[in-house]
Amino acid sequence: MEIGLGHYLTVAAILFVTGVFGIFMNRKNIITILMSVELILLAVNINMVAFSAFLGDLVGQVFALFILTVAAAEAAIGLAILVVFFRNRGSIAVDDVNTMKG
Amino acid sequence: MLGLQALFFYIFAFIAVGGALMVVLARNPVHSVLFLILTFVAAAGLFLLAGAEFLALILIVVYVGAVAILFLFVVMMLDLDFGQMKKGALKYAPFGLIIGLVLLAELIIAGTGSAYHPELAKATALPMQPLYEMSNIRALGSVLYTRYILFFQLAGLILFVAMVGAIVLTLRHKQGLKRQSIPAQVARNPATAIEIRKVESGRGI
Repeated sequence: MEIGLGHYLTVAAILFVTGVFGIFMNRKNIITILMSVELILLAVNINMVAFSAFLGDLVGQVFALFILTVAAAEAAIGLAILVVFFRNRGSIAVDDVNTMKG
Repeated sequence: MLGLQALFFYIFAFIAVGGALMVVLARNPVHSVLFLILTFVAAAGLFLLAGAEFLALILIVVYVGAVAILFLFVVMMLDLDFGQMKKGALKYAPFGLIIGLVLLAELIIAGTGSAYHPELAKATALPMQPLYEMSNIRALGSVLYTRYILFFQLAGLILFVAMVGAIVLTLRHKQGLKRQSIPAQVARNPATAIEIRKVESGRGI
């Protein structure tokens, strides 16, 4: 059986939906939410690479590289904010992020 | 050979999907991070199968080597109570499941719909050279440093801003530490810097 574009897109779609599900599921733990965001970005990257490979277009891989860069920057900043937040509040639950209320 | 490719595709795909599910469902965040690494490695395998060799290796170096290890550091550095973390998680599970299923249905409709035209493949922005003519990394480099040089520089700027931002956010000035004070050093003059004492001969200070 030949592996086509649809196979890659299916895997990427499942990863994407898993990431979105993880964001809604883990309300007590911002770290897991950040990991879910990484999963979503990975799914987008798989889409980019799959289209690049099956359309014979190199630009998809170039943009996958940029997505990778932005994902790395996002993880660094997100974890830094998380560390500062934990230092101030002693918790990383989403429910506790309410100091900016009002 | 085609059967082997399909076999490896399915192995990597199932590892990636199973790892992603375990990232979301694992009780212990440390296990989540380890499953995230597994997912990234499997995705790198998928990239290799698709012919994106450079991106596959970059995925392992950047994601597994840097991002996932950063996650691991933070998870282990923060003193978290893993036990009560999952409490009440099931409260949100149905809502998340509904959102996920709606998204999946949308993706299936979009994927199987008529939006994709095969003739689009002929209108590629940048046709790829066959692998036997030019290796993947060389082809990427020849595009990245010429046509997308501005984006490349912007990506570097983003990384720089992220680095400075992370340092500024987590930097903490502790009181009572001895550290270099350049204004104090510059403001020294002979009157404050040198102390002259008369020492009697034959005796110490």
